[in-house]
This record gives sequence, structure tokens and C-alpha cells, in this order.
Amino acid sequence: MKTVLPEEENALNKKDFVAPNDVRWCPGCGDYAILTAIQRTFPELGVPKEKFVVVSGIGCSSRFPYYMNTYGFHTIHGRAPTVATGIKVANPELSVWMVTGDGDGLSIGGNHLLHLIRRNPDVNVLLFNNRIYGLTKGQYSPTSEVGKKTKSTPLGSVDYPVNPLLFALGSESTFVARTSDTDMKHMVETFKAAHAHKGTSFIEIFQNCVIYNNKTWEPVTGRESKSEQSLFLEEGKPLVFGAERNKGIRVNGFEPEVVTLGENGVSESDLLVHNTKMSNPAYPALLSQLNYPAFPTPFGIFRQLEGRETYENAVAQQVTASQSKQGEGDLQALLTGSDSWVVE
Amino acid sequence: MAQAKDSFIEIESAVVRFAGDSGDGMQTVGERFTDSSAFAGNDIATLPDFPAEIRAPAGTLAGVSGFQVQFGSREILTPGDEPDALVAMNPAALKANVEDLPAGGMLVVNTAAFKKMNISKAGYESNPLEAEELRKKYHLVEIDFTSLTKEALSESPLKPTDKARCKNFFALGFMYYVYGRPLEPTFKFFQDKWGKRLPDLAEANTIALKAGFNLGDTMESARNRYQIAKAPVDSGVYRKISGNEALVYGLVAAAKQSKLELVYAGYPITPASPILEGLSALKHFGVKTIQAEDEIAAMGMALGASFTGKLSVCATSGPGMCLKSEFIGLASITELPLIICNIQRGGPSTGLPTKNEQSDLLQSMFSRNGDSPIPIIAAHSSSDCFDCAIEAARIAITYKTPVILLSDLYIANGAEPWLIPNVSDLPDLEVPFADSNEEYVVYKRDPSTLAREQAIPGQAGLEHRVGGLEKNEEGGVSYDPNNHEEMTRLRADKVNVIANSLPPSELFGDAEGGEILVLGWGGTYGAITSAVRNLRTEGFSVSSLHLRNLNPFPNDLGDILSRFKKVLVPELNMGQLSLLIRSKYLIDAISYSKVQGQPFKVSELSNKILETIR
Repeated sequence: MKTVLPEEENALNKKDFVAPNDVRWCPGCGDYAILTAIQRTFPELGVPKEKFVVVSGIGCSSRFPYYMNTYGFHTIHGRAPTVATGIKVANPELSVWMVTGDGDGLSIGGNHLLHLIRRNPDVNVLLFNNRIYGLTKGQYSPTSEVGKKTKSTPLGSVDYPVNPLLFALGSESTFVARTSDTDMKHMVETFKAAHAHKGTSFIEIFQNCVIYNNKTWEPVTGRESKSEQSLFLEEGKPLVFGAERNKGIRVNGFEPEVVTLGENGVSESDLLVHNTKMSNPAYPALLSQLNYPAFPTPFGIFRQLEGRETYENAVAQQVTASQSKQGEGDLQALLTGSDSWVVE
Repeated sequence: MAQAKDSFIEIESAVVRFAGDSGDGMQTVGERFTDSSAFAGNDIATLPDFPAEIRAPAGTLAGVSGFQVQFGSREILTPGDEPDALVAMNPAALKANVEDLPAGGMLVVNTAAFKKMNISKAGYESNPLEAEELRKKYHLVEIDFTSLTKEALSESPLKPTDKARCKNFFALGFMYYVYGRPLEPTFKFFQDKWGKRLPDLAEANTIALKAGFNLGDTMESARNRYQIAKAPVDSGVYRKISGNEALVYGLVAAAKQSKLELVYAGYPITPASPILEGLSALKHFGVKTIQAEDEIAAMGMALGASFTGKLSVCATSGPGMCLKSEFIGLASITELPLIICNIQRGGPSTGLPTKNEQSDLLQSMFSRNGDSPIPIIAAHSSSDCFDCAIEAARIAITYKTPVILLSDLYIANGAEPWLIPNVSDLPDLEVPFADSNEEYVVYKRDPSTLAREQAIPGQAGLEHRVGGLEKNEEGGVSYDPNNHEEMTRLRADKVNVIANSLPPSELFGDAEGGEILVLGWGGTYGAITSAVRNLRTEGFSVSSLHLRNLNPFPNDLGDILSRFKKVLVPELNMGQLSLLIRSKYLIDAISYSKVQGQPFKVSELSNKILETIR
């Protein structure tokens, strides 16, 4: 008779995903919290450990695969989306997680990220955004603010920054979310939702570089400011925020505005109601542009569209369809072709 | 003395060149002529030559497209140095090609195209057909193909402009008459291509081809007809094949023989695109193809697929190789199997995208940062691409390494007859993955091949990380100086020991040595072998050796080189193999370079060889 193990003994836990290597991020780096969140998430997904593959590019965040006791591939700068695509297409049964940063993903790798997202393979993209180049010791990044003074911009950056979520929406992403290294519970929830989504999931993670850009997100996610400057998105709920839960977001024409409930006759029914399923990207695009300090910064799932085929399935289906139409390929017949001749 | 009608002059071989506007269908008629010659039992070699622009302005020199074929009753190794007959469909085609036609050669022109505007567009001041010199020098055959085609198609329901387009097949029919070619293979082509979809077009082309053939029968000037006997070749089943086709089939065969799924990622680039297109049509073989967003992405996708245990392949040309360099380095340090095909063309940069060169050998050797040797093999002919694909797969899978397979535009587009192999005779390429029941050490090596074992995602208990940072044997990141040196040496040794698996080199000529060895690689095989064969017939002590393995070189190469007084290295580059030979074997290898976008002529090589030994 088959022995059924109690679930406890079968189940994976966080320890199973801790690699033997020493973690070598700077003390206090936001990456530690994200690593812990992933190591807490993976055992809860019901995926066998050997099916996980973590792929990364180059940068501080991209050391991630070395710290995960799964299959992993630390690739080259900006190109992780291509390797992740190859892995997923070649073996659709794998659970593929891609780790990148604002420089790796949006500067050198912007092109690949665009094409990964539009093809929509079921890859989960974690973009650690700390608005600085950390591994090269402190130059400005494509998400750094205008005027940012860094080693390479002593007079302040003159580049206008890219908005990661708007970029993903422009690439017709089917899953767009934002979370923060300061919020363990929210990270785990977001990662689980990304895993459940069939298609490319794009998650921007506000991450703190303690050495070169310390407290860059403090005005939004800090203990003091969080309740007034963060807006947590909940499906079907009005956009309400504030310590007193008395502020909200309303649209006036195409422009969003902050209103106070109970003032000037404003009630909850005047506010935008969160809906991740709208096929028109206007609403999530509007959300993606709610920025500090004029607006609270939204966290959570901005968009989740069902129904678009994943890339790996579309590719596999063409193989299956060709085989059922033409039969499995006969190599000798292929080599011989239709115009051969015989020499006696 | 005039010969009787329909009597044939027996010749050993002939070279025919078709030239016209790039929209005139010259590649199509050239290919049909080739098929018909192969069907007649001749050996063949072809040289398509077309401009980079899809449709350059009609009637201009920039828009001239040509196709040359040599066919014969003996072994044909090149498309021929110069044509015996030139078909020029317009003044520009005449201007671009007539200098290659030797005195006395047959010059067939479409007089309808020799109108004032076309004549001046081609840069002639007056009608070149009226020049006394031209008429004296060549055997000129003037035919109004355009009007005759329209006349022959008077009953056809096609529109007048479509009727005129059939003139290329009318001209082809005429040349079929001159060289006694069978018409049936071309009739079959019309039926296969248009029979169902455009039956009127199939019918019109059939009529045009026949009318052209019949014109020959009635025309005084075409009275000379030539006959070429069947070539003595091994018995078996043959087909005509181009290098890119052979490469596609070889890759599919390699996947079958290794029991691996084939994953191909590519980005469109001349002249490698037919490989992407060819494999995309073979999905019923379980082939997965991806058209990537760029050359870098194609390489990354292939490497990702390789990590999961597939047979992964990319094909590109020189500019694409530049972009792939960083990823090839990653494939080298992670020791993952991968085939990278480079269908070479003229460089540097965009260079001559539709012309031939073999100038990416040093790029293949050295274009990566760090010490990063990888195996390189080169195909020497169109059909050899099949064998090279299988050999590249063997090396990649056995030694867990990226392999560069060099082909070139001339091999890729040119065609030759191919003795179709029996699938049951193909080698077994299967290499097992790591055993799930044993402890997995990522960089533990097989003592003879020095290859590591590959474990693939999905195998329980073998989870591990690979990446671009240097690793120790256990697969951990290591900055230890001695470890780095050891791993660097191991990666180099692993490539070097591939030489132990190679068969002895096949020398053409004198095994004991002699005056001169002509050492070549890649697509120059036909020209070099023809030149050496001719000179040996004349009694000269000349031998040749053609290298398939360029890294590592075969173990017996040094010994062979030492047996000859002189070593001549002809290459369609500035002396890349000769540089490697000089540095490795410390011999005074003599470089013979040509970088004109065209293959070597047999006569050029013969002259150079003679000059070198005198």
C-alpha cells in the first residue's frame, strides 16, 4: 500500500530556498527583504522546487539567483528577458522569475523588456527600482529624478526619467503591479498574484540603496509619511487614503484630483473605483502617473488582463497543430524532397 | 563548314550566365536551368549574384541580377571562371557582364530592351549592339524576346504586361535548345508553383518555354548545339541542394540523432534569413523557432533554451556576430552547448551584404573579452553544410560548448547535386544529462573530454546556478586567483582535446610531401581543388588540404605542413588563416588574398600556384 506522507513533511518551507552561499549585499540593503519575501512566497505556490528558475541580468539585484536554492541563471547586462523567454519557450512547465533593476531593465535592457512584455510569456518580472546605479558605485539611472546630483551628474541630471509602470503599460503588459521593500506582507501578496497570472507579470519594487541613494522612497513609504503618501489599491474599492481614510482620488475631465470626503459635498461615490480588468489602458496609466508630492503613490495591482495567450503556449500550439496536420516529420522524406533523381 | 541542323557538338562542360534587371526573374531561370541540367545527369555548381536592393531602378547597373551555372560530364567544383554563353536581357545587364565573356563567346540579347532610354540608363552613348567591335568579338544572337513572347501568348487570357513578363522563360527555352536540356523538369515546376492557384500563368510560361525552344530549331544563328554527357558519379539518389537548405536539414537531423528538441532563434539578416524561414516551415519536426527582437536577443533565447537541455541554434552574418559576442562569452563560461552559424558576407560593418567573403575567421577566434576559446568549423561546399551541422552539434553536445559554424554567401545560395544520405547511417549524438541519483558537481569534468555534466531545470535535487561570474568546481562564485587560472586553462584544454576526436586529415595529392601545399578552408574548396587537379594533370608537384576544423586544428596538421617546401594559403580575406598558421606552426605560410566580393577563379589560383613554385 502506498504511504501517504502527512502534508507537513511534504511541504516546502523558506529554508528549502536558501542557497548555501553567503549573501553579499550591503548591510541594510532593501534586497534582503525582497529575498526573504520571495523565499516565503515560493513554498506557498504549490510548485515543486526543481521547477523554479530564477534569471537575472547584471547589477546588485541581479545577484539574486545565487542566493536562491533553485535553478538559476545570472546572465549579462540587460539581457535577462531574452534568456527568460528562451527558458520558458523551451520548457513551459518551469516557473520562471526574472530579477532586474532600473538600470539593467530600463536602460541597457529596455528593448528586451519591451519585447518580453509584448510577447507575454508567463514570466514574473521583478524590477528593483532604487533610482541609482549601485554596483558601479553611484551614477544616476534612467529612473533618477531630474536634477539628481550623483558622481556622474555633479551639476544634476538633465535626463527626464522613465516611468517603469507606464513603460510596461505602453508595452501592453497584461499584469502591472507595484510594491515596496518596506512592506513584507504586501510583497508576498503581490508575488502570489503575479504567479497566479498567466502571462508576463511586471512588478516594480521600490527598493532602497542604503549606500548610494539612501531613503529615496522615504517620503512615500516611510513610517511617518506612508499613510498620507501611499495609496493601496483594492479591487472594487474606491481610491481612498490618508491616516483618517478621508481623502480620495476623483477625476475632473481627464485630470485626477485629490479630494477630501465630506468637504464641498464630496462623498465616496464621487471617487474612482479600482478595477484591474479594464482593457483600455487609460485608467492604469492615470494611476501610474500619480506621483509624490502632488498625489499619493499607488501600490498594488494596477492591471490584470485575462485571456491573452501566453507566448510559450502559442509557440507550442503551432508545433502541435503542424504535427496533427502534416504528421510527425519524416527525416528521410525531408532529405529526399520532391525533385530527386536516381543514378544507377 | 556549316553543320547539319540538330547535330550536337560534344563538350565536357559549359558555363552559362543569365543577367537582367532584378525584377526580370534571372534567379528563377538560372535555378530552372540548373534543375534541368541536374536532371540530365550533369554535375553542376551555381553562383547567384544579385544586388542588395530588392528592386533598384529598372534598367540601371545597380539593379542587375545575375545567375551563373557550370554543368559538365566531369566533376564540377566551381560555377566557372567565365561564361561560355551570356544572356543579357537589357543594356545594363550587357554592360555589367560583357567584359567577363571571352572572345568568341555566345552573347544572347533581348533586342526589345535596347531602346534609347535603357541604353543611356546603362551609361552607353549609343546602341552597343551596333558597335562593330562587339559584333566581331562575340557570337551575337539578337532576339526580340519581348515581342516573340507576346506573339506566342496571343491566345492567353493574361494581361499584356503579364504576358511580357514570361519573356525570361522564352529566353530559357532558347538556351535549353542550345544546350539540349530537357524541358520536363521546368514544366513540372510551373505546375507545382502555379498549376492550382494561377493555371493561366502556368500555361503561359509553358507555352513561352516551348516557343523559345522551338525558335532555336528554326533560327540560323543558333545552329550550333552542344551536348554534355552524364557525369560519372556514385550510384544513389540525388537532389540539388543549396548551403542554407543543407544547413536546415542538418540541424533537424542533428536534433533527431541527439534525441533533443531543436530550438532556433534568429533575427532576419542577409544571407542567413533562409535558415530562420526554412526551420519555421518544419514545425512538424517538433522545431520551435523564434524571430527575436535583435541579434543579441536571439542568442540569449537560444542560450536559455540550451540551459533547459535543448539543441539550441542561432544563425546570422558578420554584423550579427558582433552583437552576439558578449553572449558567446557567457555560453563559453557557463559551458552550455550551442551552435552559432555565421553565413559570412563582405565586411566590415554592413560592407557588401549580398557579396561573398570569408573574413570572419579571426572574429570567430578572438571577438570575445577574456581568454575565451571556442571551437570553429567551416563548411566547404553547399552539401557539406549538412555534415557540418551534424559535426557542430556533436562538438557542442559532447563538449558542452558554443560552436561557431562558418558558411558563406556563396555556399549558402549556391547549389550542387547531393547524394542523399540514408538516415540510418547518421551518427548517434545522444549524450545523457546528469544522474538525479548522484551528487551533482557543476564543473566536475569527464577526464577524456574535459566536459562538465549538464543538469537541467526540472531534475529534482540538482538545483544549481550558472552565470557570467567565475565559478569553482562546485559551481560557487569564486574570486580565488588560482581557481580562475585553473578554470581558464581547463576551458582552453577542453577545446584543444576536441582534436583527439577528429579523423586523419585528407590530403589531396602527395602524402609524402612535395613542392607546395595549398591550404584552404571554407567555400574556396572547389576553386582550389580544381586548380590543384589541373596542375597535377600537367605534372606539377602540387597538393592541397582543406580544413574543416579551424579551432582546434587537426592534430596531424603540423606534421603535414612540415612535409612541403612551400605552403600557400589562398583566402577571400586579408590573410586570416595564414596568420593563425604562421603563429601556431612558426612556418612561412604565404598568403594569397582576394577581397572583391567574388570567388576565386581557377585560373587565378593556378597562376598564383605556378608563380609561387617558380
